[in-house]
Amino acid sequence: MKARVYVTLKKSVFDPQGKTIHDALASMGYSSVADVRQGKFFEVSLEGVAAAAGKKLVEEIAHKVLANPVIESYTVEVE
Amino acid sequence: MKIGVVVFPGSNCDHDAYHVSKHVCGADTRFVWHKDADVKGLDAVILPGGFSYGDYLRTGGIARFSPVMKAVGEFAAKGGTVIGICNGFQILQEAGLLPGAMLRNRTTKFLSQPVHVRVERTDTPFTAGLTAGDVLTMPIGHGEGNFYLPDADLDRLEGEGRVVFRYARKDGTLDEASNPNGSARAIAGVCNEGRNVIGLMPHPERASEAALGCADGVKLFQALTRVLQAA
Repeated sequence: MKARVYVTLKKSVFDPQGKTIHDALASMGYSSVADVRQGKFFEVSLEGVAAAAGKKLVEEIAHKVLANPVIESYTVEVE
Repeated sequence: MKIGVVVFPGSNCDHDAYHVSKHVCGADTRFVWHKDADVKGLDAVILPGGFSYGDYLRTGGIARFSPVMKAVGEFAAKGGTVIGICNGFQILQEAGLLPGAMLRNRTTKFLSQPVHVRVERTDTPFTAGLTAGDVLTMPIGHGEGNFYLPDADLDRLEGEGRVVFRYARKDGTLDEASNPNGSARAIAGVCNEGRNVIGLMPHPERASEAALGCADGVKLFQALTRVLQAA
């Protein structure tokens, strides 16, 4: 099975990279872009675990390793 | 008295820290490989600057799982002195031994320049004997040094007197321009509740001899060796 993990800065945390991308888009004329937030995407392949246990495992990995809970939040999807 | 300098894959200030500790300050110093599972016989551990594990995932995010970090955590819990410089500070944050996290610098640029930092606290082993308000000039070299904590946690940190260094002007006053990375409340260094774990972003080991243009940083290493000798 495969799990997808999305890690983003918490809404309360300033994102200098997202802001820079937003400013660049504005200067290119994309005036309808209101905001850009940059994050990370992980594709985790699992073997030998059932879907429910797999999701739990990846959530544990996301919390412990892939995201820093001080500044980031994450969502996990499995297929 | 024995000081250990931890070497992670990607550390690049390990030899500088070793040199200042051993040759400039005359302290018995040895390297500690990151796969070592203990720090026995050491009185202080320095986590040096660099780019451990290439800064992949997050700065310090992988190094904190190196075998030596379990030993460093146990050493710190027993009151052992741990100093984290730059990437070493980031590793201590990731390990939960120091508060906060580092965001990308507000300019999004890697910053390599001298800064002035004001000493806020002298009740730590890295600042003992200095005077609160002293201003030290040291270089920074980082892309992620923008200290972040939510406001309520910052209030608590300040209330507990755990902000050890702040970015300042040469005269010790604070302003936005002297806080290059955008750190919350101009924080350049903090300590834990026990005051035995200290982290800072500037590099004292790169400013510890007159030949390097500035020797302010050696005051911190001298403080450390004084405190350890007296213990």
